Amino acid sequence: MAPTTFAQKVLAQASGEPAVEPGQIVNARIDLAMSHENAALVLRSFREIGASQVWDRDKMVILFDHRIPANTTKAAENHKAVREFVRAEGLPHFYDMREGICHQVLPEKGHVRPGMLIVGSDSHTTSYGALGAFSTGIGATEMASVWATGELWLKVPRTIRIRFEGDLLPGVMSKDVILNVIGQLGADGADYRCVEYTGPTVDAMSVASRLVLCNMAVEMGAKAGVCFPDQKVQRYLAGRTTKAYVPVVSDADAPVERTLELDVSKLGPQVACPHQVDNVRPVEEVEGLPIDQALIGSCTNGRMEDLIAAASLISGQTVAEGVRLIIVPASREVYLEAMERGILASFVRAGALVLNPGCGPCLGAHQGLLAPGERAITTTNRNFRGRMGSPEAEIYLASPLTVAASAIKGVVTDPRRLML
Amino acid sequence: MKGRVWRYGDHVNTDLIISGRYLDDYDPRHLARHALEDLDPVFSQDVRYGDIIVAGRNFGCGSSREQAPVALKTAGVAAVVATSFARIFYRNAINIGLPVVECPEAHANFHVGEIALINIEKGILVNESTGRTMRFDPLPPFLLEILRSGGLVSTTRKRFQPKP
Repeated sequence: MAPTTFAQKVLAQASGEPAVEPGQIVNARIDLAMSHENAALVLRSFREIGASQVWDRDKMVILFDHRIPANTTKAAENHKAVREFVRAEGLPHFYDMREGICHQVLPEKGHVRPGMLIVGSDSHTTSYGALGAFSTGIGATEMASVWATGELWLKVPRTIRIRFEGDLLPGVMSKDVILNVIGQLGADGADYRCVEYTGPTVDAMSVASRLVLCNMAVEMGAKAGVCFPDQKVQRYLAGRTTKAYVPVVSDADAPVERTLELDVSKLGPQVACPHQVDNVRPVEEVEGLPIDQALIGSCTNGRMEDLIAAASLISGQTVAEGVRLIIVPASREVYLEAMERGILASFVRAGALVLNPGCGPCLGAHQGLLAPGERAITTTNRNFRGRMGSPEAEIYLASPLTVAASAIKGVVTDPRRLML
Repeated sequence: MKGRVWRYGDHVNTDLIISGRYLDDYDPRHLARHALEDLDPVFSQDVRYGDIIVAGRNFGCGSSREQAPVALKTAGVAAVVATSFARIFYRNAINIGLPVVECPEAHANFHVGEIALINIEKGILVNESTGRTMRFDPLPPFLLEILRSGGLVSTTRKRFQPKP
């Protein structure tokens, strides 16, 4: 057999074809379909389609994370409509607003396994590539079609392989690595592609750090991002799922469109400046800019290792006068662990607001919006104009360490200054 | 189709097309009232039925929100022409019946207010104001069929209707 990529293998398997080529359109059978609040929108199209029932109850996950607790009566009505649907259909994998952000909860609950084909009605569904799944975001109407048929047309993507070499310096996190990559490739630099993250740097990363790489693949336009599963993934999955899985990896000599070799051993902290994620600069170039708000959380950086990193700088310190520091743990599991380890207490003592697990202010729905003229530094994934409130506000994206350091100093700060 | 052109630049993201603060209400008319609000506050007031958007690279990047093409379509937009599209917006637009045309030449060859003429099936785009004709690759037949039937709901519904 000719050597093939991860994307080709998963999509061939899912469409029942012996082999597929980049550019080919396949009708693929979906292994898992995830929706959050926009399940209410999916539901409208699903009813119009007129299917008598969903295609496979066991392959659907629904939860609420974007507007929890409900921030408007409309949001509450949408939640209610979805709850009623879930009950009527008898869907077994529904987490309401109890568990947290989809992209943390699905891996935690063992729904994501290597080699799966996953679609979610959320653009950051690319995250699950960190566990070796081919996983991509879709819209509400096509999700309704998936609920009805279990199938979806997909174009087999070309592949960009990025091979990282070198140990990360102290003060540098996987967020800095991916911001640097997006800065180099551009906001459409991986449009329609599958991005493979490989090399010793990725091998050395935790599953949580790899989730950051795959999460932000969509910020350079990628259809999917993937880190090939290893023993760390096996350990992560042990105890979370009892289902069997077969890891899928690209052949070493598979035809990739482009290979990038990046040495990250000298990389410092990075910041994405307004109003595009690819407007990335070394932190030194923006140090000293006063901030009004700092946010640590989201599907990108609200995991235990992120909170531990932030707490390493914040614990025993005080948030700068005039700065609002908001902490949003990604899930109930993370929230509880951070609580039991005293990490949440250290944030609260420092003057932070700790919110319930969820998407919080990342998408500008509620829980900490920005006024005109204000500036925020945040661990989230998008700094688009108006994303977190006023279109006259500025959003800077950075790692949990950089955001924590900035919250203490009240200005954008290189975390290495506080780590001496 | 033929319409008056609104012209925008590169990387028009879905937050700019419809802000997250309006997404809790799915009423398409509500979405249309706020379409492109943070990018061009004049748009939703002045847009007319049949108007065409011509934009640069990576149109619709960002969130998977289907409310983005819905807001534009409900506001009256007949088609979006761009140098390139972000993939979820592209799929969503077709799925809700908003024609999308990928034509790298278009952005440099249109000004605001000029008249665009599009033949989706043949892959021809004409700037009627200047007379310039451009070509683009038409959509594959199965996507054209989704557009023709008004969106994916209609085509999927056929699978669940009893056979005559």
